[in-house]
Amino acid sequence: MKEIVVISGKGGTGKTSITASFAILAGSEAVIADCDVDAADMHLLMQPVIKKSVDFYSGVVASIDKNKCSNCGICADVCRFSAISNINNRHIVKSLDCEGCGYCEKVCPEQAIKMYEQNVGDWFISQTKIENTLVHAKLGIGAENSGKLVAKVKSEAKQIAEKENKDYIIVDGSPGIGCPVVSSLSGANYVVLVTEPSMSGLHDLKRVYELVKKFKIRAGCIINKSDINAEITKEVIKFLNDESITHIANLPYDEIFTKAMTVGETIVEYDHSELKKLLAQSWEKVKIEVGN
Amino acid sequence: MKIAIASGKGGTGKTTLSTNLAAFFAEKKQVVLADLDVEEPNSGLFITGKTEQIDVKYKMIPQWNEDTCTLCGKCQDNCNFHAVIRLGSQILVFPELCHSCYACSELCESSSLPMIKQRMGELKQIRRGEINFIESRLDIGQEQAVPLINQTIQYIDSKFPQETLKIFDAPPGTSCPVIEATKDVDFVILVTEPTPFGLHDLKLAVETMIELGRPYGVVINRYGIGNADVIDYCEEHKIPILAKIPNSRKLAELYSKGKLVYKELPEFKEELQKIETYILNLEME
Repeated sequence: MKEIVVISGKGGTGKTSITASFAILAGSEAVIADCDVDAADMHLLMQPVIKKSVDFYSGVVASIDKNKCSNCGICADVCRFSAISNINNRHIVKSLDCEGCGYCEKVCPEQAIKMYEQNVGDWFISQTKIENTLVHAKLGIGAENSGKLVAKVKSEAKQIAEKENKDYIIVDGSPGIGCPVVSSLSGANYVVLVTEPSMSGLHDLKRVYELVKKFKIRAGCIINKSDINAEITKEVIKFLNDESITHIANLPYDEIFTKAMTVGETIVEYDHSELKKLLAQSWEKVKIEVGN
Repeated sequence: MKIAIASGKGGTGKTTLSTNLAAFFAEKKQVVLADLDVEEPNSGLFITGKTEQIDVKYKMIPQWNEDTCTLCGKCQDNCNFHAVIRLGSQILVFPELCHSCYACSELCESSSLPMIKQRMGELKQIRRGEINFIESRLDIGQEQAVPLINQTIQYIDSKFPQETLKIFDAPPGTSCPVIEATKDVDFVILVTEPTPFGLHDLKLAVETMIELGRPYGVVINRYGIGNADVIDYCEEHKIPILAKIPNSRKLAELYSKGKLVYKELPEFKEELQKIETYILNLEME
């Protein structure tokens, strides 16, 4: 079983549309994991029926018992996150600012502060319209620990893939280079980088690849909208060569991405010409690359 | 006045709007543009100029002092993030897990975990005409964006008077980095596109703004593609639509070259003027 993670650094490059196309092409060979838990969109293309839904608790947040509190203010003094304020002579925790370190709880002379487990979201096991399994999640608003939710989604997907003897786990990764991406990458066998030939696209590709290198995972790259800027496409290809990243495919700028999404379909379901062919070839190439 | 430009979904045009809006305002007055997408900062590709300041930014982490430590292990109990662990006769610190809360350090009875600085990124201040551009860049391998965003905002607060217009290019999503970048601003512009992904992520962004109690409005980018669901949603929830930027391959091409687009696309400039009018009205209130 091989874990393939699709990431992009920059948003809006077509990562989710491409990942969902791979999910359709892989069919019963794969379990799908949507690890872009901040803005999970995969379900809009895969129309899953939720089979299992679980609350996700992670981290804690402080709460002050006003009956015990003497308003001494020691908690506010030690809090490095300005999460406790004194409003009308009452000390109150602003839970969005609380990091859950528990320092206040430990120094409160009245034992008036307790840390409560926080429900930071939900995760789901679903059956998609082509009846493969999708593990996905919804992160609560402003929640911390999205990296942990990503790890949970991945470990569930892995368990299912092992149990059902699947060849692949296809992971829609998160944007950026921070904790959710780090979680998305850990344990992966292969990374598909989706980029676009813009200054921003190339810049973000280079940064996120620095991170991929730290994990020593092999990578391939799809250049989407490659005809938007021929010059930067050349620069991207040069970067791929320099770094020994496999150049999987160039995809043209095509509004089929949007049109397919608008009717809730993946590109390979909506399109029956060039783009579908290119994506099918890309998936075959990825399969050869991961060696299965 | 602080305006944050945010979006649930990535790639909707936050940076395009932030940089063009800043340059457009700067034709008349001084503005601050800050790139708070510290994981993948892109505004600097569009705004170049004279570097006025480079600051290395640090986060504070504990450092074990073997000589004074009694190995009581309280530090491990006091750390909720598993960043400090006692292993045999050693105390191990995992900087990437540390949230800089100081609990282990200040509650250590033998003062054996003094806090020291650890580099997490770099802040740069650039001047181009009337634009003061501030960019912070998280080092690769650093996982937490929030402390750097926080320090960047503090830097701006200390350097520029309150009345200066400040435009924040926020990170995408709805989790902690976005909260940090938007929680103290006067107004949030949510950039979206009229597609199912755009709508889905806009709803999340709107929920976030309601939770934060920030006033907000929407700018629809790539107007003309997709469907009318975003507009219907905004009308139904009485969310002001500040502008509709028409879909244009030309815009995508100019953007790809790192160019400011409003000077070459009059239809884009018209939309910026609408946003300008909206912001000027906010300033008067």
